[in-house]
Amino acid sequence: MSAKPILEKLSILADAAKYDASCASSGTVKRDSVASKGIGSTEGMGICHSYAPDGRCISLLKILLTNFCVYDCRFCINRASSNVERARFSPQEVVTLTLDFYKRNYIEGLFLSSGIIRSEDYTMEQLVEVARILREEHRFGGYIHLKTIAGADPALIALAGLYADRLSTNVELPTEAGLSSFAPEKKPETIRKTMASVRVGAEEAIDAAKSRLIGKAMPPRFAPAGQSTQMIVGADASRDDDILKTATNLYSGYQLRRVYYSAYSPIPDASSDLPPVRPPLMREHRLYQADWLLRFYGFERAEIMEGASGGMLDLSIDPKLAWALMRREAFPVDINRAPRELLLRVPGLGTKAVDRIVAARRLGKLRLGDLAKLTASVKKVLPFIVTLDWRPGKLTDSADLRARFAPPAEQLALAL
Amino acid sequence: MLAHPGDFAEWRSAARGLLAGGVAPEDVSWRGSEQGASLFGDETVAAPAAAVSLPRELLEIAERVICHRDAEVPARLYRIVWRAARDRQLLARTTDADVDWLRKADKAIRRDVHKMHAFVRFRRLGEEAGRESFAAWFEPTHRILRLTAPFFQRRFYGMDWAIVTPDARAIWQNETLSYGAGGTKDEVPDSDIVEDQWRTYYGAIFNPARVKVDAMRAEMPKKYWKNLPEAQDIAPLLAGAEARVERMREAAVSLANPLTDKWRTRVPDELLLDDDVRTLEELARAVDRCTRCPLYCNATQAVAGEGPEQARIMVVGEQPGDQEDLQGRPFVGPAGQVLNEALEEAGLDRTRLFLTNAVKHFKFEPRGKRRLHQNPTTGEIDMCRWWLDKERAFVQPDLIVTLGGSALRGVTGKSASIKSMRGTVHELEGGTKLIATIHPSFLLRLPDRTRAAEERKAFVADLIRARKLAA
Repeated sequence: MSAKPILEKLSILADAAKYDASCASSGTVKRDSVASKGIGSTEGMGICHSYAPDGRCISLLKILLTNFCVYDCRFCINRASSNVERARFSPQEVVTLTLDFYKRNYIEGLFLSSGIIRSEDYTMEQLVEVARILREEHRFGGYIHLKTIAGADPALIALAGLYADRLSTNVELPTEAGLSSFAPEKKPETIRKTMASVRVGAEEAIDAAKSRLIGKAMPPRFAPAGQSTQMIVGADASRDDDILKTATNLYSGYQLRRVYYSAYSPIPDASSDLPPVRPPLMREHRLYQADWLLRFYGFERAEIMEGASGGMLDLSIDPKLAWALMRREAFPVDINRAPRELLLRVPGLGTKAVDRIVAARRLGKLRLGDLAKLTASVKKVLPFIVTLDWRPGKLTDSADLRARFAPPAEQLALAL
Repeated sequence: MLAHPGDFAEWRSAARGLLAGGVAPEDVSWRGSEQGASLFGDETVAAPAAAVSLPRELLEIAERVICHRDAEVPARLYRIVWRAARDRQLLARTTDADVDWLRKADKAIRRDVHKMHAFVRFRRLGEEAGRESFAAWFEPTHRILRLTAPFFQRRFYGMDWAIVTPDARAIWQNETLSYGAGGTKDEVPDSDIVEDQWRTYYGAIFNPARVKVDAMRAEMPKKYWKNLPEAQDIAPLLAGAEARVERMREAAVSLANPLTDKWRTRVPDELLLDDDVRTLEELARAVDRCTRCPLYCNATQAVAGEGPEQARIMVVGEQPGDQEDLQGRPFVGPAGQVLNEALEEAGLDRTRLFLTNAVKHFKFEPRGKRRLHQNPTTGEIDMCRWWLDKERAFVQPDLIVTLGGSALRGVTGKSASIKSMRGTVHELEGGTKLIATIHPSFLLRLPDRTRAAEERKAFVADLIRARKLAA
């Protein structure tokens, strides 16, 4: 083990973790330190304790146990053939760092990942050991997110689920072809099997809780914040349609809480066949919007792709607007009468605004002025709605409707 | 005039008196200097109290909103309470100007509370008898200390701490929460031993290739920066970002690390040609690598047959379902449950059968949070026959029971109807006997209970016939 000072290790192993998009610390069970007299709580909603100048929140201490790795995934800074400086934390060092940061209210908890050393099982054991020490020896009640190592023994995954709030297994690239050419040691079926064992573990824990005898203690929860994954966008030639296809398969197959889309960021000492360009941040953003449409707005993937061209989402306008412009016959929608599902299809209306509209219209017909109090984006919705005092007339079908929303051309060029 | 601005109890008792006395909002001055009834020692307050009930939600919101620094808050709140006492639906009228104001003020408070939960930074004071103590200086926008202190109590039960704000302070010591007067910044240490580590982390987790300053400032407004140790690094990090990305871009790809070979000690999976499979176990591994048709792309894993190699009876189903796909074993889902019960009724021991499917990968259509089973095509069944034939060659059963049409196709290579095949024993090439029956999932789909019972009986009868035939 290297004898580097802790500050140096921290710098190396946090730097190595900065490409992972996930930082959420929400959606878990309520927990506090009152009964345990330890440290740490989770209250359902996570807290972002800081923000980096890249606009991303810092909610967890996101680090790698080590950036040594026997794999050689070409998009990864930690691949075996990379010349990056290496370091390794001991489990105890990570525990101390986590507690020190947590007690000062810098973080909500720990997000621990690792390069693969020795074997998948050995690496997973080390990750689980950190979580075990935190929970059992320090009565730590904060949030713990463990990255599962694809291919690790399901028994280790089951153990990880007992300590962690969330487990995640990255699929990395959306297609089989992409993965086999960029990450030769990573097998899609191994990744899927690991995700399956997380789902099975969660379902078994739920079954055990349901069939518990009265008076017996509740069986332990299994990763109550569920599982998630990450896909890298823009490193290979996958289209948005491929990415969303994979996402829908993962959501349905493994009950994922979230799929994170991470715009491929150029890495130092990159493999020569990777794009040295700026990360496609707008593409990442559009994918998140499309993902939201899938999960909260009742859209099917095929519908979202109606507003796309060549399997790629429109970069200049959001996917819901793109769909609406292709489906003008569905508009305008009467704010005072339309069912919830239809309101959700109006560009500019989010789920919260729709809920407010549905609640408010029970007490009286809505006018445009009322709508302004319920949503921030009245201007955007105008062509698509009817209220007591507003009809869009020819606006809905006007030829230049798209131009009203699309940013000027030079800005579009920047987004690319 | 309220003696302690932001004190909910004081405002509530004043408002309760006024409300009971029937004092209209326009007749009250909460500032004291203007005309109208004053809050203390006034005749209207002494008027007979009539119980006034208010929606619980309104009281909860009022308790938060009273912390707002806007001097108009006590008066506006009273007007809303006055109106709410006469209109139970008031809070639902989101388009009403007062309600709109209330919601916005509440939102501002809740945001401030949230930011305080996030941006308080404790500094260590010391340790005594194994218990550490910490202190923090914080300047919230509104007077929210009492709204936030319980959160810190729940979170940091196992240590002592104090949060000092200009208005008040909260102290958690000896497992007791208490409040005191406001203070100043210099009561709290100006640095902490792990602050260097925290700033190192902050700098390292920042990705210079995706600078988005506006997004950062929207969530972490500058007014909080002076109390955040990491905030002093924002400017230097931003200043160096462009150059860091440029260096990355320019850096030629270096040669592979010479240590690589040392790390790469793993032996690649033994490549086994499908034709060389020698045992059932090897067969299962070979099936799992199958890419003969595109079904493997979405399924979790191939589900090979299961059972003793000496089994006399082989039961062939259609394809793995959701649960089979997850667990990697045949007949463990709902249809498997039905099959298990029917087998038991027919006197067949599942552990002595070889159970498998015509198609080894799960075919499905994702629909929201579920995967809807899709029938395999004849092309897919025929492609997968390669594996079924291999399993048959290993097990060499006396009898094959096919469940459903796909299984029948998989075994015979022909698409015959179950109806025409059922009830008689057929002989396959090589002398193996065949009994064709329905798939147990068919029983799950029948809505008519009487019909389902009949079909189930017939299904069990087929299994009994199989048992007798193989005996």
